Amino acid sequence: MSVLREIAITTEHDIVLCRRACREVAKEYHFNLVDQTRITTAASELARNIFEYAKTGTVTIVILDGPNGDVGLKAVFQDNGPGIEDIDSAMREGWTSHKGMGLGLPGSRKLVDDFDIQSTLGEGTTVTITKWRKQG
Amino acid sequence: MDYRVPILKIRDVLIVPIQIDLDDNTAARLQHDILTRIEQTGASGVIIDISVLDMVDSYLGRMLGDTAVMATLMDASVVLTGMQPQVALTLVELGLKLDTIHTALDMESGIELLDAMKKA
Repeated sequence: MSVLREIAITTEHDIVLCRRACREVAKEYHFNLVDQTRITTAASELARNIFEYAKTGTVTIVILDGPNGDVGLKAVFQDNGPGIEDIDSAMREGWTSHKGMGLGLPGSRKLVDDFDIQSTLGEGTTVTITKWRKQG
Repeated sequence: MDYRVPILKIRDVLIVPIQIDLDDNTAARLQHDILTRIEQTGASGVIIDISVLDMVDSYLGRMLGDTAVMATLMDASVVLTGMQPQVALTLVELGLKLDTIHTALDMESGIELLDAMKKA
């Protein structure tokens, strides 16, 4: 496992830089075009969540070497924001307390293979997504 | 980033080619600019071309859908043209319904659609 990119989210434009970085890594590791787009879109949603709710945070992109030569792109979205009181509600489509359509968390979960969210009130939220490269 | 998407006018149609990945502020400003230009020009149609965009997320998607609704209130029709297949696929998976906006495969079909809507 190697860390390929680390993006600090402090301004709104960093959302663009984050999704661009995810696109570059996905392309570099030969993910197909649809999966590149899925990863990039999920990253955009999750980076925006950091900016909207926590103001600042970091996004870390790593490449995983799985069994049988599998390659996975993992992105970790970490903030020290207010945390999420009710994760079950937050994962439901349409739930939002800010701008947006409430598709950020449930939508990005649908675009990736593995999705994990950890949140502690007053301490922050960490969302981890992984997409495995399709063979062939 | 201080970039403005150009808005071109041909007859009574506004052409909006989105050529770069927009950040949220630029997208919000574009919405405002489109509505202002509709007011200034009395345009009856707007074509927003996204053929070079490799991603549309929920924020941009909502902005596009809202712009179509607002333009309709100002008596102008909006057609979104050129969406790439993988962008369409990802939007649907994301759960975004762009049901307030007309779409066409490319700009030419977009113009034809606007003509047809005007005659109807």
